[in-house]
Amino acid sequence: MTARAAPETSLDRRTAVATLLAGRDEVLVVPGLGSATWDCAALGDNPLHFSLWGAMGNASMIGLGLALAQPERRVLVLTGDGDMLMGLGSLATIATQAPANLALVVLDNERHGETGMQPTHTAWRTDLAAAAAACGFAETRQVADEAGLRAALPLVHEAPGPTFLTVKVHAKPLPRVLPPRDGAYLKDRFRAALLGPDAACP
Amino acid sequence: MSVAPERGADASRPGWGVHAHRALSDAGIRQVGYVPDGGLSELLRLCAADESMRTVLLAHEQEGPALAAGAWLGGERAALLMQSSGAGNCVAALSLIRTCRFPFLGIVTMRGEWGETNPWQLPMGQGTAAHLKQCGVMVSRVDDAAETFETIAAAAAIAFESQAAAAVLIGQRVIGAKDFDG
Repeated sequence: MTARAAPETSLDRRTAVATLLAGRDEVLVVPGLGSATWDCAALGDNPLHFSLWGAMGNASMIGLGLALAQPERRVLVLTGDGDMLMGLGSLATIATQAPANLALVVLDNERHGETGMQPTHTAWRTDLAAAAAACGFAETRQVADEAGLRAALPLVHEAPGPTFLTVKVHAKPLPRVLPPRDGAYLKDRFRAALLGPDAACP
Repeated sequence: MSVAPERGADASRPGWGVHAHRALSDAGIRQVGYVPDGGLSELLRLCAADESMRTVLLAHEQEGPALAAGAWLGGERAALLMQSSGAGNCVAALSLIRTCRFPFLGIVTMRGEWGETNPWQLPMGQGTAAHLKQCGVMVSRVDDAAETFETIAAAAAIAFESQAAAAVLIGQRVIGAKDFDG
């Protein structure tokens, strides 16, 4: 079996992210390295987005720590298939903690977008939503068109978590839209926006 | 061969874990990420029984720094508990801590040193302090159980007040070497 030449989908990643986050400026978002970070930045800079320029494989666990600390707030990890594959074990960790306020969304283009669009495991047989289900996530789904994505919005924003959504998206390079890149600044302004100005530098 | 009490064997006798739990509690730790180790058993039991703490079983040590980062973003303090064999698994994730200047507190129970009878533990055990230091983590050691509280309290101050990364290695002589012969 060779890698699929392209994901079977009608969704563009930027449009999909716009649909996922439209009117949701208050949700706490962890965009993963790297295309998901550019996708979120394309919607406009938001201090409640802790955007990753590195730390591949760690987006999901940052989301877990945040979700456990802020049980009254919805937390959304929005990342790519490469990042999720590198932190696959975290699906078991998250399912075991079972945070009701955490949703993982993987924008699955079946490619390592930042390194030259090399195929990831999902271009062969790996099904990340099925992996999340097997680990014990409360609800999982995969979508590949606009109607499916819109129908999945309650799963992302309201359903008792942890929930997991795979969004199959085109593997087309898009112009990078860059958020601030200093990690300490991103961290401090996130805390200030969430916890108040004194939390930036206690 | 009998070089030390079996690792974590005498759960009825309070050991360094009691002091370590008190230090973590005093530091306001709320999330305790861990990969189990026999040497951590008393400390983990006390953390799990502490209603102000949430223990988070990790599948891999690299999840620990990320959990701590997320906790801090949400206004909570976390610690990572692991055996020395897992320190290398944290190397890449510690770049997140360093780049963003997140607080980080690690408690590492040592293998691969005093009285070790499993040669597979030696490479990582002998490299633990050097690997962590290379990642920008300030490393201190406990070789006398009586120094546990002050050493962890000092590391917690570095982590959460100076906004830096600190780890405390609990020496194998304090914990006891694992006995494969008995």
